[in-house]
Amino acid sequence: MNLNILHEKKVDGGELLTISGELDAYTAPKLKETILPLVDVERASVTLDLKDTDYMDSTGIGVIIAAYKQSCKRNGTLVVQNLTPRVSRLFDITGLSEIITIDDIKKEETT
Amino acid sequence: MIDHKELYQHYRKLLIEHMERKSEKTLYNGQLFSRQMMENGVSPEDVLSLHIDVIKEFYPHMDEKFQSAFDFLLEAMIGYGLAYREHQNLRYKQRQLESEIDIAADVQQSLLVGEVPHYDFLDIGVISRPAKRMSGDYYHFVKDEQNCLSVAIADVIGKGIPAALCMSMIKYAMDSEPEQRTKPGAVLENLNRVVEQNVDPSMFITMFYGLYNESQHRLYFASAGHEPGFYYSSNKDEFQELIAKGRVLGLDRSTKYREYEKNIDVGDMVILFSDGVTECRTEKGFIERDEIVRLIRQRMHLSSQEIVDGVYKELERLQDFQLRDDFTLIILKREV
Repeated sequence: MNLNILHEKKVDGGELLTISGELDAYTAPKLKETILPLVDVERASVTLDLKDTDYMDSTGIGVIIAAYKQSCKRNGTLVVQNLTPRVSRLFDITGLSEIITIDDIKKEETT
Repeated sequence: MIDHKELYQHYRKLLIEHMERKSEKTLYNGQLFSRQMMENGVSPEDVLSLHIDVIKEFYPHMDEKFQSAFDFLLEAMIGYGLAYREHQNLRYKQRQLESEIDIAADVQQSLLVGEVPHYDFLDIGVISRPAKRMSGDYYHFVKDEQNCLSVAIADVIGKGIPAALCMSMIKYAMDSEPEQRTKPGAVLENLNRVVEQNVDPSMFITMFYGLYNESQHRLYFASAGHEPGFYYSSNKDEFQELIAKGRVLGLDRSTKYREYEKNIDVGDMVILFSDGVTECRTEKGFIERDEIVRLIRQRMHLSSQEIVDGVYKELERLQDFQLRDDFTLIILKREV
């Protein structure tokens, strides 16, 4: 199964990445290539929408952790939104939900 | 190397046979010949040049245009010859790499496979199988002087060689701090610092660490984002999630790990596993945790080792014998 990444600019100037498909060992490098340059900017605001992410494994979590660490280094913010129950459980088990901001707004306005 | 003259005679014989008594068999001889040539590293253009030489012998007055056409074909085959040699070269390199991986896998196996300690009061079963040649799962058991058992199960993100290398680091970090074995939270805090300092930012490790105290029959444990195991209460005859909260190793340097405890009565079980067990995928979707409970329940009359072996076989069958992820399953059952 494939992974599609839709990159949009939000009205407030932040970056919005909407991920659909499966995030696993085969597709995670694609997200890594897209998200790391975005968070590697001083005070960048990046939102990751996972409402159409049917499946995520630990490699996907690894990419999000790497993005989170980089974002902290550059004083930016990383928000993850619309987790499916399965992904939400993974965030809870790994303790990621305690340190990464999770939003549940269904649809953000985009330009 | 094959002698050119011999090769020429051999090919000549096969070709004449075919030209004079054309049949399925004489054609098939051509196929056998090509296999023999490949085994001996003879390139396609060399075979073609052999063919041209034999034809020239039969038709010394061959039309010059035919001869030119042959020369042209010979040139056209050179690219195939190069590709063939490159393929041979890659095969050789691949064999070399494979033998290196075999050695690495053996080294890892010798690191991983610690002896499972024996206790009269505790029946221990364990199975650990890599999805590829090397495993990113890790488990260990240590029996200390006070007859306490420490048990650890860890899963390094990813599979294969990178995960295996990282796992070896964990193994040494754990071996180097024996005095802390009795404090699960402290063990994880130290490992977290090791991982955070040494590993790529997208790499992380989940781990469950427990200490079974024999005199109290109590399990002290802590978890670093590891897939929750199960606790089976024989009194209530029910399975519960063995919940312990804690961040994965390598996420945040200052993480503290809370220590939990659980009394273990006779007949109770503690079931620990890596996410290779719960992430089993079949045609119908993912295996639910309830399904794992059902598979264990069916086998509760058996020894712990028979249970883990049986559950593994069943899940392997459900996935058409293709593990997607490293698989580790541990069962501790209190006997007396």
